[in-house]
Amino acid sequence: MTLIKEKTKIKEQDPKKRIKNFHEVALGYSLEDALKEASRCLQCKDSPCIKGCPVYIDIPAFIKLIKEAKFDEAIKKIKEKNNLPAICGRVCPQENQCEKFCVMGKKFEPVGVGRLERFVADWEIKNGIKHPKKTKPTGKKVAVVGSGPAGLTCAGDLAKLGYEVTIFESLHKPGGVLVYGIPEYRLPKKIVEIEIDYIKKLGSEVKTDFVIGKILSIEELLEEYDAVFIGTGAGLPRFLNIPGENLNGVYSANEFLTRVNLMKAYLFPEYDTPVKKGKRIAVIGGGNTAMDSARTALRVGADKVYIVYRRSEKEMPARNEEIEHAKEEGIEFMFLTNPTEIIGDENNWVKGMKCIKMKLGEPDESGRRRPIPISGSEFPLDVDMVIIGCGQSPNPLVPEATKGLKTAKWGNIIVDENGRTSLKKVWAGGDIASGGATVIAAMGEGKIAAADIHKFLSE
Amino acid sequence: MHRIVYKKQLSESVKLFDIGASLIAKKFKAGQFVIIKIDEKGERIPLTIVDADKESGTVRIIFQEVGKSTKQLGLLKAGEAIENVIGPLGKPAEIKKFGKVVCIGGGVGIAPLYPQAKAFKEEGNEVISIIGARTKELIILEEEMRNVSDRLYITTDDGSYVRKGFVSDVLKELLEKEKIDRVVTIGPAIMMMVTARVTKPYNVKTIASLNSIMVDGTGMCGACRVSVGGETKFACVDGPDFDAHLVDFKLLMERQKIYLDEERKAMELFEGECE
Ligand SMILES: Cc1cc2nc3c(=O)[nH]c(=O)nc-3n(C[C@H](O)[C@H](O)[C@H](O)COP(=O)(O)OP(=O)(O)OC[C@H]3O[C@@H](n4cnc5c(N)ncnc54)[C@H](O)[C@@H]3O)c2cc1C
Ligand SMILES: Cc1cc2nc3c(=O)[nH]c(=O)nc-3n(C[C@H](O)[C@H](O)[C@H](O)COP(=O)(O)OP(=O)(O)OC[C@H]3O[C@@H](n4cnc5c(N)ncnc54)[C@H](O)[C@@H]3O)c2cc1C
Ligand code: SF4
Ligand code: SF4
Ligand code: FES
Repeated sequence: MTLIKEKTKIKEQDPKKRIKNFHEVALGYSLEDALKEASRCLQCKDSPCIKGCPVYIDIPAFIKLIKEAKFDEAIKKIKEKNNLPAICGRVCPQENQCEKFCVMGKKFEPVGVGRLERFVADWEIKNGIKHPKKTKPTGKKVAVVGSGPAGLTCAGDLAKLGYEVTIFESLHKPGGVLVYGIPEYRLPKKIVEIEIDYIKKLGSEVKTDFVIGKILSIEELLEEYDAVFIGTGAGLPRFLNIPGENLNGVYSANEFLTRVNLMKAYLFPEYDTPVKKGKRIAVIGGGNTAMDSARTALRVGADKVYIVYRRSEKEMPARNEEIEHAKEEGIEFMFLTNPTEIIGDENNWVKGMKCIKMKLGEPDESGRRRPIPISGSEFPLDVDMVIIGCGQSPNPLVPEATKGLKTAKWGNIIVDENGRTSLKKVWAGGDIASGGATVIAAMGEGKIAAADIHKFLSE
Repeated sequence: MHRIVYKKQLSESVKLFDIGASLIAKKFKAGQFVIIKIDEKGERIPLTIVDADKESGTVRIIFQEVGKSTKQLGLLKAGEAIENVIGPLGKPAEIKKFGKVVCIGGGVGIAPLYPQAKAFKEEGNEVISIIGARTKELIILEEEMRNVSDRLYITTDDGSYVRKGFVSDVLKELLEKEKIDRVVTIGPAIMMMVTARVTKPYNVKTIASLNSIMVDGTGMCGACRVSVGGETKFACVDGPDFDAHLVDFKLLMERQKIYLDEERKAMELFEGECE
């Protein structure tokens, strides 16, 4: 058999069309595509790809089952480890995870593990999801705070083990960043709903509109539950502390994306929540949040969108695919550029932005080369809206309301390697503990905590 | 789903609801608010909890119909339900025994003022209340305010009821005559700004409750940001109460106007549908 050097392409919506709609950009593999891609996997004995996956999916095994066209078994194999495969197959930064370690990738392109995972997950959705039988109840109850990937995973694993799990979510819809942050065109909300429904059917209840720390404290939860897992995420938007940030027309990426995704402002006035439609928009930052804001702004109707990023393309933390897609859609990247001031008109509206050029110096704590401003290189940028997408800090609401819960300098909850916090019977994981990572990393932490909660409660 | 168990019209555009929300009723402290979302397509709007009945498990809201969402809310009848009620949000007001407290409410701001005035009274303060509105029709909760105040002053801009003038006129006279330990002011931003200016020379600590535009109400989006003492704060989690002498009211007023065009459009469409 001849070796296929390149990853099988995934069908995508034409860039010219897709910037005018919110439908999914990547359309997924056909049956032929999936079989062809699966055939590229070498079934390596030591399967290095697995160690790149934070939840240790048996990658060669599920790919082998695809090769054999046993899709129902392939999805079962994946779900042994991952209850949200249709989500992960779409949003994992595979190039830094499973695919990074793929042997094929050393000489050629790595096997499209994520695309194959998505294929089988979608196959199951189309053909009817099988729900596993409920396990014998343990009689014990666990409360999970936050319904992002960390909370959902922890809940799912504990439910499978027979615990009665209640998930408390502050927003009116469960899913965390999956519903309020990541846009529809990248992760359809229907898919999120289906996968959350799966978690519910495993035996957990979701209570929305519950802001823990306000309506109930962690102490109060412990009166009713045998253990608590905190997965409240990194939902505190960071600003730059430059002049003009409170002008009308300056959004945090969180606000902009929440209005559009969660509140469906792109369907205003059918939906009641409005969002401003700038003509010329600058998005500050180089991560997924910035890419999502920029491409969403385009879809909401902007004429011109800039990504303003203070380092170079190489240092950008966003997924490769998002950067590629953003370029195809005509977003202009201004690398090594930093905003210094947002300028307002007499009515407090944005009318421009001042920027300065940067150069790269010595590596900083993060190992990336530190950007340094080049003096005298200031220049104006003609924009009427600015979106700040420079990352999030841990949400302080629960830590502030919980006596004795230890946090580190940036507000993240301190946990040990099993997710245990400084409080007895309280675990934490995901962005609230690690401070802004990935969907699958948050899921991995939810899993570890679930295993440790199980261990603790069976002692 | 949260049922409206009681509805009352307080003036042409101001309505009162008691809504079933037993946990919120149990937890509520004066100064806190709820965010409500009427239905699937609704926006999230913040409304102060005016009162709560722990026994029956209801919270009371009083709102003025100013735009599409509040108009739509006002059309709901007792027995009907609201999809989402989230709370209690925000920091509770600082209720202590200060001595002589002046509570100032303008227009529908009298509603969020009431629970604070009541709490100050229960704490043993001497409570002097000044409530005002454009015209007589818009003076709400007069009886309730009288019941929790040692003295109650009323002003109307047009002189149609009691005294013609602004709440700040009465405040100025009080400050001239007696020693006041604290002032709380809730109402339109312009009114709160003026009261803050009036109390400043007398060095009386003045608290304003800021009604900035909000989305989540949990500190996640930054829509509600206000500037206090030169620092950016989130009204939903750091407030809504702040030291009025440090608040940048001009910024608050500008930011309240962000969606004027969209609000107008939503309203026109909605009124068209209703006719
Ligand atoms: C715009 C954007 C795009 C991203 N794109 C990607 C991507 O493509 N791939 C990827 O791998 N990662 C991506 N990430 C990162 C990833 O989404 C996060 O790392 C991940 O969602 C973290 O999961 P979590 O469960 O810890 O928290 P979250 O997903 O943040 O969920 C936390 C949940 O807790 C709730 N909550 C908070 N406080 C309370 C409270 N007091 N009481 C009750 N509930 C509460 C929140 O409302 C939320 O629903 C992106 C992040 C953003 C913001
Ligand atoms: C903490 C807090 C407590 C409040 N308590 C009360 C109360 O007890 N009674 C009452 O009548 N009003 C209260 N408000 C104001 C109330 O939320 C707005 O009047 C309401 O959201 C208007 O919605 P609308 O669609 O009817 O009007 P719109 O047409 O949308 O807007 C009309 C006006 O309301 C303001 N507004 C719009 N959307 C919001 C929003 N999401 N958050 C805040 N303001 C907004 C706008 O600045 C505009 O000036 C409070 C606001 C805050 C922040
Ligand atoms: S979950 Fe993510 S990291 Fe794991 S195999 Fe799937 S795509 Fe790779
Ligand atoms: S490393 Fe690559 S080729 Fe080897 S088993 Fe994993 S996916 Fe297949
Ligand atoms: S309303 Fe979103 S942070 Fe306050």
